[in-house]
Amino acid sequence: MFSFFKGKKRKTSTSHDGRDRGILVFEHTSEVIRAEKVLKRAAWPIRVMGPPPEVRSGCDLVIEFPLIEKLNIVRTLRLEGISPLDAVPVSSPLLQPVDIFQVKDLGKYLMVRAANMKITVDRETSIIVNVSGGGCPDVPYLAARMVGKSLAEAPAPNEIGHTLCGYALHLAYEEMKRRCLP
Amino acid sequence: MLAVVGTVPDPEFPLISGEVELRGGNILLDGRSVPVNRGTPALLAAACKVLEYLGHPKPFGYLVGDVGLGKGSRLLYEYLTEHLGRTHFDTIAFHYLQPDVDWHNRVLFAVEDMPRRPLLIADAGFMYAAKMSGQAPSYDLFTPDVGELAFLADETAPHPFYTRGFILHEENRVPELAARAYRHDNASRYLLVKGLRDYVFDRNGILAVVDHPVSEPMEAIGGTGDTLTGIVAAFASTGMELDRAAAVAARVNRLAGHYAHPTPATQITDIIVCIPLALESVFRSEASEGGQVRGIHG
Repeated sequence: MFSFFKGKKRKTSTSHDGRDRGILVFEHTSEVIRAEKVLKRAAWPIRVMGPPPEVRSGCDLVIEFPLIEKLNIVRTLRLEGISPLDAVPVSSPLLQPVDIFQVKDLGKYLMVRAANMKITVDRETSIIVNVSGGGCPDVPYLAARMVGKSLAEAPAPNEIGHTLCGYALHLAYEEMKRRCLP
Repeated sequence: MLAVVGTVPDPEFPLISGEVELRGGNILLDGRSVPVNRGTPALLAAACKVLEYLGHPKPFGYLVGDVGLGKGSRLLYEYLTEHLGRTHFDTIAFHYLQPDVDWHNRVLFAVEDMPRRPLLIADAGFMYAAKMSGQAPSYDLFTPDVGELAFLADETAPHPFYTRGFILHEENRVPELAARAYRHDNASRYLLVKGLRDYVFDRNGILAVVDHPVSEPMEAIGGTGDTLTGIVAAFASTGMELDRAAAVAARVNRLAGHYAHPTPATQITDIIVCIPLALESVFRSEASEGGQVRGIHG
C-alpha cells in the first residue's frame, strides 16, 4: 500500500506557471525544516521557498506543494505532529533560495559558503574548525554546538537551528559532507 | 558612551543590561559571566579592548538569550522601546537580534525620543531588519560582508538567503553592489564592507580601501566581523569621524588577525587578545606619518 502511494506521489505533475501549486505556511522556520524532512522522506514533490509578499503570517520560509494533494500532505504532517498555520494556493512568484555554493580551498582546510553562511573543515580529520557569517541569533548557538566536532558527529543545523541563517548553514553543511565524507 | 544591543546563545539567559567588563575569555555584565565565543560577546570584547586602550568608559550592554526562536529578541525589542528614549548614548550598535521589521521600527521611534540622536550602527540580524524596513538611510553605518552587501544591493531580498542569483557575491563587484544598494536607498550613510579587501563607502563612492595585511584564513574564522563592528563602534563613540573610524578599525582588525598568526582553525579569542598590539601599531604609525595610517588607501 505504502509503495503504491509513493509511486503515485512521484508521478504528480505540475504546470510551469505555478497555478497548480500551493504553499504551506508555518509559524517557525524549525517547523518548516521538520516538515520538509517528513515530506521528502515520503517522496512528495515539494520545495522550500520564500513566502510571497501577500502572506503576512508565519515565518520566512514556506513549502511549495502540489495543490491537488493538499489533504494528503496536511494529513501526513499532522500524523507527525506538525500543523501548518495555513495551506493556500500560490498567487504570485515565490522567492527562490540561494542555490549557489562557493567553495574555497584553504590548503589543509576546505570552506563552503551558502548564502551568508560559511563552514570550514579540516580535510584530514573532517573536524569542523569554524562556522562564520550570518546574522540570526542561532548562528552563535550553532557554532558553539558544531565547532570541534567531526562532520559525522556534529548535530545537523536543520536539527537544532531555527532561522534562515540556520537553514543556509545546513545547505553548506550538506555540501561539505558531500565533498568530504565517503 | 557606547551601547551595544544583542543576544547570547543561551535560551535561559535573562534580559540584562549594564556596564560591560572583559575579564580573560569572558565578558561580565550585571553579575553574569558570558564566554566570548563569537556574536555579540565578541563584539563587546573587542569594544572593551579599544575603549580601555583609549582610556574611555566601558561599553554598556543590553543582552538577552536567544537561540533563534526570537523570544528573547522580542523581549529585548520591547524593553528598548520603553527605555531607550531616556538614555544619553553617543553611539548604539545593534547586532544579533532576530530580524523583525515591526519591532525594528518601534525601536527606531524610541531612538528618535532620545534627547540627542546617537550614531546608529547596525550589523547582523538587526541590519537585515533595518534594510527590509526601508529605513536604512536612518543609520550611520552598516558593516556587511560581501554576501550581506549583495543582499543590501538586491532591493527585493528580505534576507541574504533570498539574494537573487544574478547579483553574485563576488569580491571584485563590491563597488558595483554598494552603488546599487545606495541607488535603492538600502544602505546607511557609510558602509564598511569586510572581505579580502575592506572598503568604506558613502553615497558618492569609495572613501577608503584597506587591504593590508592579507590573512586569507580570516574569512573562515567566526567572529572577525563581530570584532570589526566592535572596534569601529568603540572608535565612533569616542568622537572619531565615522569614515575615519571605519577605515582605522578595518586596519586594526586586520593587524590583530595578522598578529594571531591565523589558520582557518583559529578562534576569535586568539585575535581579540591581539587588539591592543594592533592599536599600538596603528596609532604609532599614524603619529610618525603625519596622521596617515599605513595600509589605508583613499
